[in-house]
Amino acid sequence: MHDMLKRLRSRNEFWLAIVLLGLVVFFSFTAPAFFTIGNLNDLLTQNAFTGILCAGLIVVLIAGGIDISFTATASVVQYAAVTLANMYGMNWIILLVIAGGLGAIMGTINAFFVVKFRIHSIIVSIATLNIFYGLLIFITSGSYITTVPDYFYDGINWLEFQLGRRSYGINLQMVLLFGSFILTAFILKATNIGRQIYAMGGNPDAAQRLGFSIFRLNLFVYGYMGFIAGIASIAHAQLQLNVTPTVLVGRELTVLAAVVLGGASLMGGVGTVLGTILGVSFLCVLQNGLIILGLPARWEGAVTGLVILIAVAASALEGSRQMNMRRASRKGQEAGAAT
Amino acid sequence: MILLRHTNTQLSILLVILFIAFSLGIDRFFSIESAWSMAIQVSGLGILSLAMMITLLKGGINLSLIATTNLCSLTMAYMMNLLTPGAEGLALTGGIVVALACGAFVAAFIGALNGYIIAYFKVSPILATLGTMTLVKGIAVGLTAGNVLSGFPEAITYIGNGAVLGIPFSLFVFVGCAIPLAIWLSRTPTGMFIYMIGSNEKATRYSGIETRWVIFKVYVLSSMLAWVGAIVLMGWLNSARADYSESYLLITILAAVLGGIDPFGGSGKVAGLILALAILQFISSAFNLLGFSPFLTLAIWGVILLAAAALAIKTRSLQQN
Amino acid sequence: MTAFLKLHGISKRFGGVTALSNVDMTLEAGEVHCLVGENGSGKSTLIKIISGVQSPEPGAQIIIAGREVPRLTPQESTRFGIQVIYQDLSLFPNLTVAENIAINCHFGRPHVVRWAELRKKAEEALGKIGVTLDLDAIVGNLTIANRQLVAICRALTADAKLLIMDEPTASLTRTEVNRLLDLVRGLKAQGICIVFVSHRLDEVLEVADRVTVLRDGNKVGTYSAGEMNDKKLAVLMTGKQFTYDLREIDVSDRPVVLSVEGLTRQGEYDNIDFELREGEILGLTGLLGSGRTELALTLFGMTRPERGKIFLDAAPITLRSNQDAINAGIAYVSEDRLTLGLVLDQPISSNTIVTVLQHLAGRLNLVPSLIRKDTVDRLVKELTIKVSNTESAVRTLSGGNQQRVVLAKWLARKPRVLILDSPTVGVDIMAKDGIYEIVKSLAAEGAAILMISDEIPEVLYHSHRILVMREGRLSSEHRPHETDEHRLMAAVNA
Repeated sequence: MHDMLKRLRSRNEFWLAIVLLGLVVFFSFTAPAFFTIGNLNDLLTQNAFTGILCAGLIVVLIAGGIDISFTATASVVQYAAVTLANMYGMNWIILLVIAGGLGAIMGTINAFFVVKFRIHSIIVSIATLNIFYGLLIFITSGSYITTVPDYFYDGINWLEFQLGRRSYGINLQMVLLFGSFILTAFILKATNIGRQIYAMGGNPDAAQRLGFSIFRLNLFVYGYMGFIAGIASIAHAQLQLNVTPTVLVGRELTVLAAVVLGGASLMGGVGTVLGTILGVSFLCVLQNGLIILGLPARWEGAVTGLVILIAVAASALEGSRQMNMRRASRKGQEAGAAT
Repeated sequence: MILLRHTNTQLSILLVILFIAFSLGIDRFFSIESAWSMAIQVSGLGILSLAMMITLLKGGINLSLIATTNLCSLTMAYMMNLLTPGAEGLALTGGIVVALACGAFVAAFIGALNGYIIAYFKVSPILATLGTMTLVKGIAVGLTAGNVLSGFPEAITYIGNGAVLGIPFSLFVFVGCAIPLAIWLSRTPTGMFIYMIGSNEKATRYSGIETRWVIFKVYVLSSMLAWVGAIVLMGWLNSARADYSESYLLITILAAVLGGIDPFGGSGKVAGLILALAILQFISSAFNLLGFSPFLTLAIWGVILLAAAALAIKTRSLQQN
Repeated sequence: MTAFLKLHGISKRFGGVTALSNVDMTLEAGEVHCLVGENGSGKSTLIKIISGVQSPEPGAQIIIAGREVPRLTPQESTRFGIQVIYQDLSLFPNLTVAENIAINCHFGRPHVVRWAELRKKAEEALGKIGVTLDLDAIVGNLTIANRQLVAICRALTADAKLLIMDEPTASLTRTEVNRLLDLVRGLKAQGICIVFVSHRLDEVLEVADRVTVLRDGNKVGTYSAGEMNDKKLAVLMTGKQFTYDLREIDVSDRPVVLSVEGLTRQGEYDNIDFELREGEILGLTGLLGSGRTELALTLFGMTRPERGKIFLDAAPITLRSNQDAINAGIAYVSEDRLTLGLVLDQPISSNTIVTVLQHLAGRLNLVPSLIRKDTVDRLVKELTIKVSNTESAVRTLSGGNQQRVVLAKWLARKPRVLILDSPTVGVDIMAKDGIYEIVKSLAAEGAAILMISDEIPEVLYHSHRILVMREGRLSSEHRPHETDEHRLMAAVNA
């Protein structure tokens, strides 16, 4: 029992869950409108875009790479997919398949340069971000799409029920949000490719020596990120009921912050879906709660930034504290090590 | 070092080719006006790229660069709007100096915050500056609600748009930053320590260098360059806003990598950066004259970054074998 | 015994450099074979050829299990049961013991992980070598010795017939080495051929059957392990006879430069007392983990002692950082040259003068390039570092020359106390002598030298006095001419 507690305490998720819980309790007591079905509905719907992207980025970080081009990918996919839907009137399942597929293809471009040219992923994705986004705005002249398929207006809802004057249900955003996280968790935990991704992120040289197919793995990783970006873009378009090609780019660093808050390491090999969910929930709950408390929306960024800074500093301090503890107890551990 | 010379040679050749091609192919490229506008445009971006470059050299990054620039501009703009309207002579000069000092103070504070967290808490530079970026921009948005501040004394607009001997004043500011910085990096102990820290901080510390203090100084200096950039940009645009020039963030990194600066630290020269900036500016101006969208320029820059990075890695692996 | 692997006429050239020339070698099933040679002797090239990573020049013949293999690929080599455990072990530090051992379960169909089967496979492999490890432990948290067990188990799950271990004892304590050797005997009994690639032969010779020596890409010969010892091997490896004379200089009348009293840091070292005199070379030996390096780090100001005092010239000093130590005239040559001793990717010049740059700076804090160049050239000459261009990266130098750069950097400060931690690790036998010469002449000039090493001959033949450290305490003191390698070894392992 004591051991389990100790193991738990050394985990980032544990602390994050505690802080998140504290935050929820705090807002529940101070802001009556916070702990309501309506607000939960808003929280999930409004933040679905960011959340879905987190489910993709965690895979890239675990693989030891980084990607910031996904907002540009999402912009391109959103524009292309909605244009196609307007032209050919496809239903939303086909729309999602097309969006995901197109995103995946764009994502694999990153993998190609990362593996075949051995350029670091941060540089590749800075480049592809500019290429995708630049070409999109160049070709579309930055014009909006104001007509969207009819079923966008009706919304996609299941299990609808009436509460007060509003009706609630499970909407497209929630389905895609939970679906992405479940899919990512399944891939990472239960499939060979997921375990290979962890291994490659943990020690790329060893992965190479053991004959992992590094190129195929990276194609999957960046392709999956692109796929997720495509899915997220549809969730966003359906919510906004229009397509503005310039609104998505610029959000990539927020997604990165959420995933890293959730405990993923920029060095690769480390990170969990649970941590990611907690990380992104934490940021979203904080912003949502503060606004309900009456903080003007324009101060949102400052508070978020402050929290990120405190969180990263605290986790760095905790890391060095654990190092010191390890030294003090090392003799004991070595004696107790299994033979 | 041979590799670096290599990169600079390659960049110079590309620059000359572009210059000749554009001069022959595009009507107004080889003209006073276009040289003027290129010089003005490259100055602000150039100063910010220097600010990014020094953090890259030491193995870090400064994602809060543009946010810092904007908060500095806003602070100075606010102070000037408070102190200078109607003022003349000494009062005007005093007002401007106070405003500039306030901007410098803000920059130094942000730099110190970055430096302290990164050097003494050992937070990864990406995370730390991601946090300060969000915080600093958040403060700027919070204070101004996203509104524009404009209308500055002539002295400030002169920095952005004025000329000395027919050359834009801002170019002098850029060169006035670049040359001392190049000397500082290559000739002073601290400069050399930055390269060593960029390659291996621990080994540098084991050699008896107070690496944390060097790192701290790097981020403060980066911030101070952002302040200089802020003065030039606000003078050029005659206005300040919380979300100006955000696309510059990635472009400064792009310019640095194109200029042969290792994004993971330890190598790179100011000269390479300047060549890279000139190349990017030539393309941008040429496309502008041809009537292409600036976003096409953005895409082309991305392609050039990929090509340059691929070429650099190819050259390196050829040299190693 | 039957030959598992036969190599005939193996040559390998890289550009104009001959790495291997016409080498023959036979490995029997169930034998323990040592492959020895200096850096650059061709050991690693030979291993790469056996594992199929590189192919030999035409004319070579490779026969595995009685079948001639015209072109050996890595996949084929694995299929024949050839497994290499590299020095870095190539494990995945973020995964569990079970996953690391049974990593092969993560390949092929079905695409979904069957965790139960994976654990069973891992348990079986551990059972084969009679070891129990927590299957769910994260490998990054294990001791190096236990990580090595994981690597061995992983090789066994691939049905290894030939297990090549690169420097397996380099970072193990004596008890751990013994455990490893027991394990190797067990594997041998199962008919597995084991090849040790090593430079610390005294340990491995105990279990080895035969030894093959390589020098400059040529095979010197294959010998029965029983007729070999360290000294004979050193001669075979270098082609040069080494004679060591014991150091008999009496320094007991010289002034004490550095002394410590009751120095303690929990979990690292405990109640340390010693004195170090001017001109003295004090050897400090002990097993890995005995606290020798930790003690050195405290004397260099990198860590703070919890109790006890450090005296310099009989006056107590407090070292808050290594700058304090350096300013007090204490220098430290780290055992980890590649990550702590040098900044490998920076030029030789910067690495040489990093410690004195601040003193070279003149007006406006600028370092005049002439002074910079002169200082570098003087140090390079003083330590006879062989370089063509002082602006090339230190990485391009040989181990011996790299270590000279480290020494140069500290000699630039003219230190009074020089702490050398394993000063010849990764340095060829031929180049070692040069390092010892430098150390000797420094002592003769009056520097007080603390030489830490786990190589017994190193401290025995090059110190004036020897301290032995065990489990964080100084356990005994020896005079070189009153002891010998065996007695010293016994004191270390007691």
